[in-house]
Amino acid sequence: MAEVNLVEAVNLALAYAMAHDPDVVVLGEDVGVNGGVFRATVGLQARFGAGRVVDTPLAEAGIAGVAVGMAVAGLKPVAEIQFTGFIYPTLDQIINHASRMRHRTRGRLSCPLVLRSPSGAGIHAPEHHSESPETLFAHVPGLRMVIPSSPARAYGLLLAAIRDPDPVVFFEPTRLYRLFKQDVEDSGEALPLDTCFVLREGSDLTLVSWGAMLQETLAAGDALAGEGVSAEVIDVATLKPLDLATILESVAKTGRCVIVHEAPRTVGCGAEIAAGLAEHGLTSLLAPVQRVTGYDVVIPLPRLEHHYLPSVARILDAARKALEFA
Amino acid sequence: MTTVATFEITYTRFLDPQGEPTQPLPAFAREPAALIALYRAMVAARAFDAKAIALQRTGKIGTFASALGQEAVGVGAASAMRAEDVLVPSYRDHPAQFVRGVTMVENLLYWGGDERGNDFAVPRHDLANCVPIATQVTHAVGAAYAFRLRREPRAAVCLLGDGATSRGDFYEGLNMAGVWNAPLVVIVNNNQWAISVPRHLQSAAVTLAQKAIAAGIEGRQVDGNDVIAVRHAVEEALAKARAGGGPTLIEALTYRLGDHTTADDATRYRDTETVRQQWQFEPILRLRNYLARVGSWDKEREEALQHECSEQMSRAVDDYLAVPPPSPDAMFDCLYATLPAALEEQRAAARRFASDGGERSG
Repeated sequence: MAEVNLVEAVNLALAYAMAHDPDVVVLGEDVGVNGGVFRATVGLQARFGAGRVVDTPLAEAGIAGVAVGMAVAGLKPVAEIQFTGFIYPTLDQIINHASRMRHRTRGRLSCPLVLRSPSGAGIHAPEHHSESPETLFAHVPGLRMVIPSSPARAYGLLLAAIRDPDPVVFFEPTRLYRLFKQDVEDSGEALPLDTCFVLREGSDLTLVSWGAMLQETLAAGDALAGEGVSAEVIDVATLKPLDLATILESVAKTGRCVIVHEAPRTVGCGAEIAAGLAEHGLTSLLAPVQRVTGYDVVIPLPRLEHHYLPSVARILDAARKALEFA
Repeated sequence: MTTVATFEITYTRFLDPQGEPTQPLPAFAREPAALIALYRAMVAARAFDAKAIALQRTGKIGTFASALGQEAVGVGAASAMRAEDVLVPSYRDHPAQFVRGVTMVENLLYWGGDERGNDFAVPRHDLANCVPIATQVTHAVGAAYAFRLRREPRAAVCLLGDGATSRGDFYEGLNMAGVWNAPLVVIVNNNQWAISVPRHLQSAAVTLAQKAIAAGIEGRQVDGNDVIAVRHAVEEALAKARAGGGPTLIEALTYRLGDHTTADDATRYRDTETVRQQWQFEPILRLRNYLARVGSWDKEREEALQHECSEQMSRAVDDYLAVPPPSPDAMFDCLYATLPAALEEQRAAARRFASDGGERSG
């Protein structure tokens, strides 16, 4: 058992996967000698060789495309896109090819790749380095869209993503990379995909979030506890396919729900969860579902990014609206 | 000022448009049986094209992309490959796929709107048609990378058109293949047209083959209407790739004698007289003339082959039409290795609202 932060947990998971499966290869810009701009892949090339830890040319569509070809040919590529702001050229490859390879060949071919990318705001990064575009991938049939919210879940979910027989897009919240440490046993044990995690049990209100926003969401849960309100906190973790059952079960108990996400509001994944609650949980609901999200604006540069990100105060405000609704 | 780099692009042809050798033929072509096999494959592909267009016109299949006049590219390329190599085709490459072992029934199923057409029995590892343009180049690079990493003596062969060489995926793929010395052969079927856009509006480069030079790999041109030239160039490129010599780009000069697809009307943008002129260069007549000249082909054999192809097509069409439609919820099959629980409700809906729908819709 070692105390590691999230980026170290990613590194542990990659190393474990590579050590136990010769088909796993890591590729991307600066992932080799440099160990990744966030050091997620540090030490891997020295340990596993340049053939399996590939410093690619600077070409995101190409990285995704060769990962598709590698996956179809029997490797398990884990491709890194340096920031989600630069992930858009991969959409063609991921949507048109990776996600439908199994379907369009009726299972003859498959595409077990992982596309990793650091995502989100809050680290004073330059323009195009703070995006949260998970909804683009969560919309795509045949994909999995996963975002961990702690070192332990990063480790277990990344191993699960690498072992999964289908393509997985895996966002790593940069804000969490070095925010806190956690005991993570490097046992190779994966966590389940397609499953929400109940991080805190409660009976008065359900707070639903994922990725870095769970920091504020859990803090809001603590603050509410101080006021005598028992909040259940759910980490969605896998946004596609969505484990609505766990959320419904919670809301059946609490009757009130606040969804928190960093990505812009309109057609964000929170809308899908809210729609699912309206469709399947209406009779459980004692109040309208509240959403606390990034605003529908271009993610601002560092001077304003903290005003963009949902704060504990905004979550508490929404929680009170949900709680006070008669 | 000093010159730091120069390049040259070679052009290879063995048979002129009349089927007259322009130079000694390569080893494989000295055996008439080998050339007859190529000839038969080209004739079969053309018969398939004609039948597929007829099936589209009568609503039995959907939009279809003909390879008319470009049969030598796919047949030449695929005949140079080993079974364990991987073909990464575009959507106009059924002549190559048939040589690889994909059946006409499977191809009709695909164009007839049924994904099962991509589940070919042979070869299991070839990629299916790629409809987006040039995106398959990087797939071929990735597959080639996997072969090299596992030290398998295999190579990837990627087919694409002239329009595809304008896309970033093409350049990104070639660039990576060069850096990684990937066992890869990229073949550009330069049929002079990307739907309505002619070659000269596609690129100011004198040849498309020279696009390889910037990636540090070999680029060469061949007469794409000369199946001997295509096969020879691909054989050389594959031998080089297997020996660790890296990738090759082959530009095969052809002409798209048909419409882009059955949804296109090329008379809107090109002169029929030009097309008529181009028929004198087409690959099948050229090889037939050569085979006749060396006494390996005659009218009787031609008639027998045409009859055989016609029978083969009839059987393929009958078999295609006899394939029962997929079940309405088959769209949920193979989406993931295991259907996620979140999708069970939607699959149930597809089942519940399915009409008994046995008819094949056009």
